[in-house]
Amino acid sequence: MDLLATALPALGEALTLVLQPQQFLFLVTGVLLGLSIGVLPGLGGIAGLSLVLPFMFGMEPVSGLALMVGLIAVIPTSDTFSSVLLGIPGSTASQATVLDGFPLARKGEAARALAAAFASSLFGGLLGATILTFFIFFARPLILAFGLPEMLMITILGLSMVAILAGRVPLKGLVAAGLGLMVGTIGAAGAGGSLRMASYDFPYLIDGLQLVIIGLGIYAIPEIVSLLRQDRAISRDGGLGKGWLEGVQDWWRNKWLSVKCSAIGVIVGVIPGLGGSVVDWIAYGFTVQTARDKSKFGSGDIRGVIGPESSNNAKEGGGLVPTLIFGIPGSGSMAVFLGGLALLGYDPGPHMVRNNLDITYTIVWSLALANVVGAGLCILLSTPIAKLTTIRFTLLAPFLFMIIAFAAFQSSQQLEDLAALVAIGLLGIFLRRFDYSRPAFLIGFVLSHQAESFANMANQIAGSRFRRSFEAGIDYIASSLSLALLALTVISVVVGIRQAKHILGNDNAPTGAKRGPVVFLLLITAYLSVAWIDALTISRMGDKIFPVTVGAITLICCLLLLLKMMRAPEGHAVFADLETGGEDAEAPHGLWSTLGWFVGLLIASSLVGFILGLAAFLLAFFRVRAGLGWGRVVLFSVLGVLFMCFLAWTLGRDFPPGLLQASYPKMPWPLT
Amino acid sequence: MTDILQAVRGAALGAVAGVAAMAMGTTAFAGGHGGVDFAGKTVEFVIPFSESGGSARWANFFAPLLSEHLPGNPVVVVRYRPGAGSTAGANWFQEQTTDDGTLIFGTSGSTQFPYLLGDPRVRYEYKDWRPVLASGTGGVVYLPGDLGADYDGDMDAFTDVDFLYGSQGATTLDLVPLLAFKLLGLTVDPVFGIEGRGDGRLMFERGEANIDYQTSSAYLRSVVPMVESGMAVPVFSYGALNDAGEIVRDPTFPDMPSFKEVCEATAACSTEGTAWEAYKAFFIAGFAAQKMIYLPGTASDDVVATYTKALQDIIARPDFAELAAAELGVYPQLTGNGAISASDQATTVSAESKAYVLDWLKADYGVTME
Repeated sequence: MDLLATALPALGEALTLVLQPQQFLFLVTGVLLGLSIGVLPGLGGIAGLSLVLPFMFGMEPVSGLALMVGLIAVIPTSDTFSSVLLGIPGSTASQATVLDGFPLARKGEAARALAAAFASSLFGGLLGATILTFFIFFARPLILAFGLPEMLMITILGLSMVAILAGRVPLKGLVAAGLGLMVGTIGAAGAGGSLRMASYDFPYLIDGLQLVIIGLGIYAIPEIVSLLRQDRAISRDGGLGKGWLEGVQDWWRNKWLSVKCSAIGVIVGVIPGLGGSVVDWIAYGFTVQTARDKSKFGSGDIRGVIGPESSNNAKEGGGLVPTLIFGIPGSGSMAVFLGGLALLGYDPGPHMVRNNLDITYTIVWSLALANVVGAGLCILLSTPIAKLTTIRFTLLAPFLFMIIAFAAFQSSQQLEDLAALVAIGLLGIFLRRFDYSRPAFLIGFVLSHQAESFANMANQIAGSRFRRSFEAGIDYIASSLSLALLALTVISVVVGIRQAKHILGNDNAPTGAKRGPVVFLLLITAYLSVAWIDALTISRMGDKIFPVTVGAITLICCLLLLLKMMRAPEGHAVFADLETGGEDAEAPHGLWSTLGWFVGLLIASSLVGFILGLAAFLLAFFRVRAGLGWGRVVLFSVLGVLFMCFLAWTLGRDFPPGLLQASYPKMPWPLT
Repeated sequence: MTDILQAVRGAALGAVAGVAAMAMGTTAFAGGHGGVDFAGKTVEFVIPFSESGGSARWANFFAPLLSEHLPGNPVVVVRYRPGAGSTAGANWFQEQTTDDGTLIFGTSGSTQFPYLLGDPRVRYEYKDWRPVLASGTGGVVYLPGDLGADYDGDMDAFTDVDFLYGSQGATTLDLVPLLAFKLLGLTVDPVFGIEGRGDGRLMFERGEANIDYQTSSAYLRSVVPMVESGMAVPVFSYGALNDAGEIVRDPTFPDMPSFKEVCEATAACSTEGTAWEAYKAFFIAGFAAQKMIYLPGTASDDVVATYTKALQDIIARPDFAELAAAELGVYPQLTGNGAISASDQATTVSAESKAYVLDWLKADYGVTME
C-alpha cells in the first residue's frame, strides 16, 4: 500500500506532463525523426540521437526529454522494415525478426508480417511500461543480484540458442557459431590490449570489426545479390497476398506469447552490460521451444516475428532502469541518451526513484506513448511500404548498395570499412550458399566480446574468493540464480537439438558435388588454424585463453565435419550447395557479375570519392543492368545522389574519399 | 557551389535549432568581437570518441556556447571520429590544415596517455597544435563500509588486504588510480575488461570489488548516498593543482584529504622520487588537464585570439558556474596562457617517469606498448 501511495501521485503527475500538447508535439517530432532514420538499414538510434544532442543544452527539460525518448522508442520499431522487407537486421534489436519475417515477405505477406511485428512492438512497449512502473521499486536488488557469473550464464544462455538455429547439420551450426566467436575476437583484447589477428602496421583491425559491417555483410550483401540475380520482385509472385489487418489478428491470436516475450524483454533489458544483444534471440528461442507445431519456423511462421518484436520494445523500457537509477547505460543509444539527460540538467542516480519519481515516470510513459504513436504510424504505413516488395528488385538494389556502403563507412570513416564489407559479404554469400547457419555466426560474433570478458572477470574474482575459502568461492559461482540459468541453458540446448532439424532446415536444399563444400570448409579450417596459432603466440594469459579454447573446439568441429564429408555419399545434407539447384541455380544472372557491380561501386569510390563514384555506378547500373531508357536512368541517378547528399548533410557525416580527393584536398562539398 | 550547400545545410540545422530556441524561450545573442568573423560559417568540433561518453557530453556542452559567443554566431556541430582508443581521430587531426578556425579538436586523458606512453598507433604531435581551452576534473577513491571503518588517514592498516578493483584497462585513465595504489603499497588485483566507471561502481556495490574510484560528478551523484548509508567510506580525492603546480585539496571536496596527504601519512608511500614524479605527470594528463580544445597548428594568431576571447566570455558568463556545475564540476577552465601551460604539462613526461611506468605496466600487468 505504501508503494501505491508513492507511485500513484507521481504517475498522475507524469501522465499530465506527458499529455501536454507541447510535450506531445516534441514527442511526435522525435518519433518522426527516429522513423525516418531508423528505416534505413544500418543507421539507427545513435545516428538519430547525435543529431538532436547539440540542441539539448538549454532546452526546456521535459520537451528535450520528449524529443529524445520519442527517438529512442521507435528505433526497434522502424528497424523492422529492413529486417522483414530486405532480410537485413536493422540493428541488434531486430536480428531474430529476420528469420521468419523475411521468408514471409518473400511469400508476398510482407504487410501481414510488418503489421504483426508493429502490433507486437506496440503491445510490448505498453506492457513493458506497465511492468516497469511497479518493477522499478524492486529493480535495484535484482540488478545487484546479477554478478559476473550470472551475466556470464545469461550470455551462455544466449549462445545456446545456436542449438535451435543450427540447421539440418548441427556440426555446421557449431562451426558457424565458433567462427563467429573467433571473428569477434579480432583486434586488441579488451583486458590487456594484446593484438589478435591484427597488427599495428595495419591499424584498421585493431578495433575489431564493427557489428554494422558484420550485420550488413552477413545478411544484406548475400540477400541483395541473390535477389538481384533473379531480376524479380522480393515477393515471389509479385503480389501482396495478405494485408495489415491479418497481421494484427495474428498478433491477437498470439497475445499470450506476446505477454511472455515482453516480460522477458523487460527483465533481460534491466540487466546492465548485456544490452539488447541477447534479448531477441532468447525471445525467439522461447517462442520456438514453447510452440506446439514447430515445422514452419525459419520458413515464415508469424510467431517467429511476434516473439522477438514483443521483447525488443519492452527491452528499451527495461534498459531505462540501469540508465536512470545507476547512471549506467544498457546500450549504445542509452549511453547517448544519458549524455543528453545530463545536458538537460538531469542527474541520473538512485535518487531518480526516491526523489524524482515523477521524472522517471515521465520518461517511462513518454516511451510508452511514443511506442503507441510510432507503432501505430508504422501499422498504417506497412501496406504502402510493403509495396516495395512488389517492385522489380533491380530498381531497388542500387539504392540499397548506396545506403549500406554509406552506413558501413560510418563505422570508422575509412575506406577499409568498404573493403571489410565486401570481405564479410563474400563470407556471408558462401555461408548462405553452403547452408551454414548465418544466425549462429551472428550470435557468436555478437556475444564473443562479452562472453570473453565476463568469463575472464568472473574467473578472476572467483579465484580470489577461493583463496579466501572454498565456501566463499562456491557461493560466488554457484548462486541459486546462476544454477537456475544453467538449468535453463541445458533445457534450451536439449530441446533445441531435438528440434533443430525442423527449424531453418532448408528441407530440400539442393546438394551437388563434394568439391565446393569441401573447399569452403578447408578455407574456414585454414583461417581458424591461423587464428588459433596466432592466439597461442600471445604472452598475456587473460588475452589468450578465450581464443585458444574457442579456436580449439571449433577446429575439432571442423575436423569432425571433414570426416563426415569424407564418409558421406554425394547428395547428403552436408553437401548442400544452393548453386546446384533451385532458385539460385536458375537465376538469369551469375553470382560474380552481380557482386561485381557492388565491388565496382567501391572501386569507383576509392578512385574518385563516393559521390562521383556513386553517380557513375547508378548511371551504369540503370542503363546496362536494368536496361532502362536514358530519361529514367538520369532521373533515378540524380535522385539517388541527391538523397545521399541530403542524408549526409542532416546527419553531419562525411563521404568516403578517394585517390582524387587525396591529390586535390580542396574539392568542394559533397565531392570531398 | 559550396557556399550554397553550406547555406542550405546551415538552414536545415537552423530549423532544428529554432525549435530548440523556441523551447528555451531565451533570445540571448551576444555580439561579435575579435578579429575573425564566422558569420554564415560552420565550425566543426571534432572529438576522437563516440557519441556515448564523457567527451561527447563535454563537447555538446561547449558547442552551443561557442556558437553564441564566437563572432558571427557560426553553427557549431560536434563530429565524432572514434577508433583505436581515440588515436585514430587524433592522427586524422594531425593531417588537417584548416587555418580559418572552422575546425577545432577536443582531446581527453585517453588521447594524452597513448601519446605519453609512446603507443605505436600514435602519429600525432601535441606540440604542433594550438591549445585554447583546458578543463580539469577530479576523482575520489572509496572503500566498502566494513574496511573503511579501519581508515584513519593513512593506508598502513590495509597492507595485507587483498583488494579487487574493476578496471577499464591499465593504459586507460585507470593508470592513475592503479599507480596510486602501488605507491600506497596496497595489493590491488585489477579486474580488467569493464566498459566504463559505472560498471566498476556496480561491481563495488555487488561486493565483487572492494576498492573503487569515481569522477567527481559521479561520486556526488551515486556514491554519496552509499556513504550516507554506511556502505562506502571515502579515502582520498586525487586533489587539484594549485598555481605553483602542487597537488592540493580538491575544491569540490575541501574536507577530504588529497592523495598527497594520504601518501605522506602512509609509511610505504613517498612524495619524492621517480614513482611520485611519474604519478604526478599522469595525474595531470588524466585529471588536472583532462579535456582540451585545440586548433590545428596552421591556425593564425587572430583565430587563436578570437577563440580565447570567446571562451573567456563563456567562462565569465554569470550563469556559467551554475551551468557547469552539473556538467564539469567546480574545476578551473583554463584559457590563453593558462591553457598553453596546462597543455604543456599534460603532454610532457620525463624519460625516467615514462620508463618507470612502462616497466611497471609490463611487470605487474603484462601490458606492453609494442
